[in-house]
Amino acid sequence: MKTILVAEYRNGKTLAGHGELSAFAALVGAESAMFLVGNKNDLPAYEGTIYLADVDHFGEFNPDVHKQLLLEVIAGEQPDLVVFSHSSYGWDLAPRIALALQAAQVSEVVAVQGDSLVIPFCNGKLRRAVRSLSGTTVVTLQAGAFTALETPAASPTVVEITTDVSGKITFNGYEAAEQGGVDLSKSQIIVSAGRGIGKPEAMAMIADLAGALGGDFGASRPVVDAGWAEHNRQVGTTGQTVAPKLYVACGISGAIQHLAGMKKAEFVVAVNTDKDAPIGELADVLVVADLKQFVPILTEKLRAL
Amino acid sequence: MESKFKINAAGTWHETADLAWRMNEYDEYAVEQAVQLKEQVAGADLTVLCIGPERVKETMKKALAMGCDRGFHVADDAAQTKDPLQIAAIIAEYAKGQNFTMIFTGMQSQDRGSAQVGVLVAEMLALPSITTLVGFSYTDGTITAKRELEGGVKGLLTVKAPALCTCQLGLNTPRYPTLPNIMKAKKKELLSVPIQDLLKENARQETARMFFPEKKGGGLVLEGDVADLADRLIRILKEKTTVLA
Ligand SMILES: Cc1cc2nc3c(=O)[nH]c(=O)nc-3n(C[C@H](O)[C@H](O)[C@H](O)COP(=O)(O)OP(=O)(O)OC[C@H]3O[C@@H](n4cnc5c(N)ncnc54)[C@H](O)[C@@H]3O)c2cc1C
Repeated sequence: MKTILVAEYRNGKTLAGHGELSAFAALVGAESAMFLVGNKNDLPAYEGTIYLADVDHFGEFNPDVHKQLLLEVIAGEQPDLVVFSHSSYGWDLAPRIALALQAAQVSEVVAVQGDSLVIPFCNGKLRRAVRSLSGTTVVTLQAGAFTALETPAASPTVVEITTDVSGKITFNGYEAAEQGGVDLSKSQIIVSAGRGIGKPEAMAMIADLAGALGGDFGASRPVVDAGWAEHNRQVGTTGQTVAPKLYVACGISGAIQHLAGMKKAEFVVAVNTDKDAPIGELADVLVVADLKQFVPILTEKLRAL
Repeated sequence: MESKFKINAAGTWHETADLAWRMNEYDEYAVEQAVQLKEQVAGADLTVLCIGPERVKETMKKALAMGCDRGFHVADDAAQTKDPLQIAAIIAEYAKGQNFTMIFTGMQSQDRGSAQVGVLVAEMLALPSITTLVGFSYTDGTITAKRELEGGVKGLLTVKAPALCTCQLGLNTPRYPTLPNIMKAKKKELLSVPIQDLLKENARQETARMFFPEKKGGGLVLEGDVADLADRLIRILKEKTTVLA
């Protein structure tokens, strides 16, 4: 079996996720080569061939052109699997490749079971084992699902690649994440509100509990998108990454993008009416209760200590 | 779609009875953005398309009440057996030759989450596509957009219409349909065609099995009276953590 691993480069740096791609290739027992639109002075630690296109020439984000570069590598290598991270770069580029190859794309793979690839369903409430019916299969891997192997100093063989295709999308640079306000990454105690709080007024209850514990309050994405909390309080892949001593998740289901931001917490308490909520997988304690009743009582009792 | 799932007899999907169904959250942002664009551009005409069984017409009626002009329903009682490439091929088959200036989709569905369909449709129609948008504006046929990257960083893009955009949570504030608009929506065209009329592709993948994730256990589950639960939690926090010290 043969794979092409698609590494990523952003804001002048090669991203670390390629280690997980290599781990996946090793797990399925495949030979691999890597593809990167990057910089020859910042190569991934990888033992093998890297097909390298010069980022200064082809840009960090240029889907039409990256597609063409990768398709040419695929035409030469004839891989069984084309492997991406399930990242903003990966889920954008992968379907373009899948269609060009008329191949199955299996998104957000978390495990391999025999001839099937396991993917989440409904934000991790269920799992689905999927079988590809096409010769080549495109996959994207969930971040963190395959643990990167330790790569000692590696010396990849670089093959420089190029194309004269141009793209229809113009990339005009980056806008930094919103700054200012609280920095939850340093908080020791965080109480977070999820969609389960039901209405904006309930934020006060969450802030009160955080106050009683001497900590800060955070939020899941829907709470921020609804404007009930500031963006700098959002915990997760597109928000803050936190590592407090105590994390209390109130009315948060435990979607992977949220878990990615708080899984380093030392102790996790979840308050949820649903005993089967995926957050239960990570929580040290799952309190099965309506937060509207439970949170005020807990706050009162903590204040009385 | 919510909570309490039961796996079906074949073990390949979940039962569909006793579930609450609603519009895919990501699609709400897509519908809202399309309606806003229609309000901005004089003479615009907006079609909402949905593939699925009879019940998806409820969701389509919501989109019509939000401001879409007409609905195109592709009737399929076995939509769960169609893979992303087939779903995209159905949409592309409908859209080709219609000269849509803009196509909006959710960046993914809440259930399957493949994040493929929008991009595949665009590739099939040879249109540029930009994904995971949290910012969108349209001036004289040029789209200026922000796409969301990891850590809250955004990529700034421009592209010329015709194009396809996939919409991320938070792109806008989806409106609630008002009662008069719900009434008006009832009179709007909602055409239904059988899937056979549009599906010409074979599946590239199939579901072998659907199952619940293994419980890794570990965590303690507390149930009961809330006052009692609070006492028990405080005791645990005192024993297991230093935060109440
Ligand atoms: C690319 C991408 C990036 C994302 N980035 C992030 C991110 O950075 N952070 C993030 O959080 N999400 C992110 N998301 C969204 C994520 O997938 C989920 O949609 C989101 O985390 C769900 O938030 P939630 O748990 O608050 O809401 P839901 O999933 O709706 O869960 C609500 C929970 O509340 C419970 N509940 C309801 N009522 C009560 C009650 N009265 N008492 C107690 N419990 C109750 C329910 O049982 C349920 O478990 C991202 C998604 C994508 C696609």
